Amino acid sequence: MPDGAPPPRVRVTGPPRRVTPRPRTREIDEETELGGVYLGSLLRAQLGLAARAIGLLALTLGSLPLLFHLFPGLARVQVVGLPLPWLLLGVLVYPLLVLLGWRYVRRAERNERDFADLLSEVRAEGEA
Amino acid sequence: MSGAPGVVAVVLVTLATLLIGTWGLRFSRTTSDFFVASRSVRPGLNASAIGGEYLSAASFLGVAGLVLTFGVEMLWYPIGWTAGYLLLLVLVAAPLRRSGAYTLPDFAEARLGSRRARAACSVLVVAVGWLYLLPQFQGAGITLAAAIDAPTWVGPVVVGAVVVANVSSGGMRSITFVQAFQYWLKLTALLVPAVVLIGVWMSDGSPGSRLAEAGSDWSLPLATGGGPGLYTTYSLMVATFLGTMGLPHVVVRFYTNPDGRAARRTTLVVLVLLGLFYLLPPVYGALGSVYAADLAATGEADVLALELPRLMVDGVGGELLSALVTAGAFAAFLSTSSGLSIAVAGVLSQDVTGRAWGARRLGGVTAFRLGAVLAVAVPLALALAMPNVGVARAVGLAFAVAASTFCPLLVLGIWWRGLTDVGAMAGVVAGGLGSGSAVVWVLADGSASGWLGALLSQPAAWSVPLAFAVMVLVSRLTPHRVPAHARRFMVRLHTPEVLELDRG
Repeated sequence: MPDGAPPPRVRVTGPPRRVTPRPRTREIDEETELGGVYLGSLLRAQLGLAARAIGLLALTLGSLPLLFHLFPGLARVQVVGLPLPWLLLGVLVYPLLVLLGWRYVRRAERNERDFADLLSEVRAEGEA
Repeated sequence: MSGAPGVVAVVLVTLATLLIGTWGLRFSRTTSDFFVASRSVRPGLNASAIGGEYLSAASFLGVAGLVLTFGVEMLWYPIGWTAGYLLLLVLVAAPLRRSGAYTLPDFAEARLGSRRARAACSVLVVAVGWLYLLPQFQGAGITLAAAIDAPTWVGPVVVGAVVVANVSSGGMRSITFVQAFQYWLKLTALLVPAVVLIGVWMSDGSPGSRLAEAGSDWSLPLATGGGPGLYTTYSLMVATFLGTMGLPHVVVRFYTNPDGRAARRTTLVVLVLLGLFYLLPPVYGALGSVYAADLAATGEADVLALELPRLMVDGVGGELLSALVTAGAFAAFLSTSSGLSIAVAGVLSQDVTGRAWGARRLGGVTAFRLGAVLAVAVPLALALAMPNVGVARAVGLAFAVAASTFCPLLVLGIWWRGLTDVGAMAGVVAGGLGSGSAVVWVLADGSASGWLGALLSQPAAWSVPLAFAVMVLVSRLTPHRVPAHARRFMVRLHTPEVLELDRG
């Protein structure tokens, strides 16, 4: 080969792809074991979220009757000019319910977004 | 007793309801419009409509009267009616919308693949709906009698006629606008007088409650009677927290959301709207215990919210405020009755009037209209026939029945693949018989004290777990009856709509 002439360009390529990407939604459509795992994880996440909200409700609101049953004297306590039962049951309960609901909606939507992201990723064969 | 302002208020509310209903008619074309407003109602409007429909006479007049008569423990009612929506939000809102069914019987049939389960649910929806409509009509009679001295049959007849006209002319689409308007009307009708009355109370030097001083029971947020009292309070919480999701007129609203995410957001806005509204009735109860304690003694506590402005403010001002409350109360009867009638009419038109009878078969919209007439006529006739049944307590029991039947069906149907049609029906029957016998016992004015009385008059705390247990147990015994499409149905209920999946 004479000096000075640049070597011809060589295109570098990988082995040709023989498989088309397989969307993960197919796993669910075909009811494979893996699809079952995906769906199960979403269900568990959402149910756990619901259970936590109900648990918090039981701990806060649910404890009030027992509290007043054990300590009836609490009914006569005055807080910011209102009797304690009125303040708790007539006013503060409602912001609490809204707060629990708002927190749940945010997290439930996040779970669904994560699930959608997970399933939208395409997966080539051989990939872990 | 007032004359002119009250009459004008009732006439105005009736006219506005009819006008908005007619206006909504312009948008109603298809059967889908009639049943579910073609599933295109945005969260803000839909939440107002749900609030308007849900806040019945029991909320608008009943809570204030109950607080005056029985004390602070009655605050658990509005709390339960609001918390019920939180439970509905976290357990059923989005999946129920995604199920794609029109009514509760539709859900049962789609999930369980059984015509018999559907029929059982249809009967139950109609029963709970009528049980709930009856006191609405009776309350309308009492209110008009107190506000404008009308005979007691006038209220039920007026409410029934307006509801049939609206429901049968425009269906769900037009009712949505009417209900949304009525939420804001009800809020205003309690808020404005409440602000004025609190002002009056403060300028009087903020006198303390006469009832709270008289006895400590009134100010304790528990039912009286030690252990049974504590049980009664907790059982009431179970009934209202879990019963809301099983009320027919509540559930049918969720099908009008565009998708599952919107259903959740709608429910959250409902929580806000209900929380806002329920701040007000206790104010009337508390002020009533200062200014109108004798109403409780004479058994007229139900009209407390109507009478209080007149008692506390002299002259025209008091009359006008009372007229405003009357307007709100009337809106409460109209909106709740409309919602219930829609739900019952929907079920009747699918399973009774829409079926082929001999060679004849009615079209979708005609069947719906006939269903609406039936849905209103039966409880209206009952309300006229027995104006004095102790139904105020039976409304509370409607929650217990719903909590013991539809709640387990929905929760297990949505979250547990193993539910079978046989299991579901066994659980519904067990819960329905348990809580239903309590309804009969209360309506028959049975009396028992101590634990037996508490267990019978407030059954939810045992009948709900019973229904759940029977459902799970019988389903486990009949695993071969798990429908083949159960897993596909779970995909439909729980996966977000953005994903392209085979939803069966």
